[in-house]
Amino acid sequence: MSTTAPGAKSANLSTPTPAKREITTKPRFSDKVFRGVATAGGLSSLLLLGLIFVFLAFQGFQVLRSEGLGFITGSNWDVVQDNFGNTDLEASSFGIAAMLIGTVICATIAVIIAVPISVLCALYLTFYAPGFIKRIMVALIDLMAAFPSILFGMWGYFVLMPHAEYWAKLIHKYFEWIPIFKMDVNIFERSPFVAGVVLSTMIIPIVTSISREIFSQTPLDRVQAAYALGATRWAMIKAVVIPYGRSGVVGGAMLGLGRAMGETVAVYTVLNLVYQINWQVLIGAGGNVASMILLKFGEAGPTEIKALMAAGLALFILTLIVNSIANVIVTKTGGKGR
Amino acid sequence: MSINKPEAKPAVKPGKPWASTPRERALDLGAILLAAVGSFALVALSELKGKLAYAGVFFVLIIVINFIHNYLSRGIASAKDSVASSFAVAGVLVTLLPITSILYAVFERGKTGLKPNLFTTDMKLNGPNDPIDQGGLLHALTGSGIMVGIALIISLPIGILTAIYLTEIKGFFTRPIKFLVQAMSGVPSIVAGLFILSAIVFPITKTPSGLMGGLALAILMIPTVARTSEEVLLLIPADLREAGIALGGTQWRTISQIVVPAAKSGLITAIILGVARVAGETAPLVLVSGGGDVLNLNPTSGPMGSFPFYIWKAFTFGTTESIARAWAGIFVLLVLIFILFFAARLLGGDRNKK
Repeated sequence: MSTTAPGAKSANLSTPTPAKREITTKPRFSDKVFRGVATAGGLSSLLLLGLIFVFLAFQGFQVLRSEGLGFITGSNWDVVQDNFGNTDLEASSFGIAAMLIGTVICATIAVIIAVPISVLCALYLTFYAPGFIKRIMVALIDLMAAFPSILFGMWGYFVLMPHAEYWAKLIHKYFEWIPIFKMDVNIFERSPFVAGVVLSTMIIPIVTSISREIFSQTPLDRVQAAYALGATRWAMIKAVVIPYGRSGVVGGAMLGLGRAMGETVAVYTVLNLVYQINWQVLIGAGGNVASMILLKFGEAGPTEIKALMAAGLALFILTLIVNSIANVIVTKTGGKGR
Repeated sequence: MSINKPEAKPAVKPGKPWASTPRERALDLGAILLAAVGSFALVALSELKGKLAYAGVFFVLIIVINFIHNYLSRGIASAKDSVASSFAVAGVLVTLLPITSILYAVFERGKTGLKPNLFTTDMKLNGPNDPIDQGGLLHALTGSGIMVGIALIISLPIGILTAIYLTEIKGFFTRPIKFLVQAMSGVPSIVAGLFILSAIVFPITKTPSGLMGGLALAILMIPTVARTSEEVLLLIPADLREAGIALGGTQWRTISQIVVPAAKSGLITAIILGVARVAGETAPLVLVSGGGDVLNLNPTSGPMGSFPFYIWKAFTFGTTESIARAWAGIFVLLVLIFILFFAARLLGGDRNKK
């Protein structure tokens, strides 16, 4: 079988030889369009984030300018109207310090409760659980992550809140000597602690799934080396998994913190909003930016709406910073981030 | 050359030396029983009371019993290991607690409101305080459907294009876009509502409508769709792309006719997960959709009801009847989310399994 020249073979057939195509690495026209469109689509997230910032800043500018730094350091929210029923921007004061600090307090309580539970749960699912239990639990936890926040809000209000108030009383009884657990007034209802407990149930799924992802990427050779040296499961976890996954878990916890700070409805139902900075977490007086926006929105006049936009901007920036740091940490540790 | 015939050995069942023997299992059970009895005794004898006390004492006792048993039989390392296992199991049980409690509460409180009129009527003639067998959530069902549909129409192309950029084109912006998509998935839902309010409702339309609700939901949906699609496209083997290019296809034809069709079921999963993510979003809809009580099929004008708003309104109304209505609404919403979720699991197959 000798090789035939391509030209000789095509001469035997009656079909005309197709024109030679140019051999090039230059993208064709269709590809250029396609790449342009895909890049534009990809950059839309940048555009949207930029637009959110610009529009909220634009709408809130008037209030931000008149309040200055007082917007984030003051705690008063007084709307003063002049004789014509218009809002008097000079006399009114808009300050969200109590709300911002309250947001951070609630979210921190949630993280403090959720992270140990989530890490233990992730350790169990990665290193202890038999296959079928693992599959069921992972599906359940993913499902819980998809529960709408209004469900957590209602369940928190009707089911969890009475229990959480009881726990608050227990904490107060035994740990009163710790300053943040002191009570100047005995009101246990709708406290930051209760909101933190409800929020913790919301962020357990996300912290668990990120921790699980990080733990499952522990290098197998190190795991097996530890076992081969006679380590028990706990010794292996302590020597291999925890050093490897520590920073990833920190990132996951921060992601949970970001989620908890941005949560609206679930906090609204279980937190009593008070315009005063309150560090005593068991007292029924707290703050939350997102809930405040929802609460004030219904009866707000045009100027107050602008102040709410400025509050939204503050919340947006706060969550953006926390989430970005968290995602950088998680991605660095080998997770996918959220 | 003789054939080595292996001598027939008696069939030995492969052993599982790591599995627990009946004796060990009996001992474990004994420890649990002992701890249970002990916790009852301690709670009865001491000043402690309540469910929390039983659980706490039981947990401490089981750790102590296991510790002593393991220490005596195998030494200190094993004893520590048993404590760690107990804590890990406790972590799972504590995680399971809210899930089961939520599912039970929704089922228990929502089932009484499930009447056929729920799906055939709207709230035109009824307030939230009316008996549960009057009025329904038809307007919420259609409204949510329309708004989620609008959100899907907007976020699907953007999300998939983002995913294609991240996996196929991989240009200069890959890392920044990855970062921004992650940042975007952390945008609080109420901020999305405020954004639509400040960018479109106040300057242009002046009135809330279903379209605005859809736009707000789209902002929340894009990151979910983009991230899930990205994961799916990453799973398509590079061979397929190379084969497409080798056949002389341009990148556009390779991706549109080979890669995306190969990833079809995964992309549908992305859609479903995105829908499940936004179906229950409440805060933005309270701000921008107007939240009507009447069946409204026109997204561009007039307030439009939605599931979360229906539940929200009934819940904040605060009477027994209206709260029963809210639970019934959440029951239906949760069932829908369940269906979406399991559809995504079935289609996604082993994607999440590690």
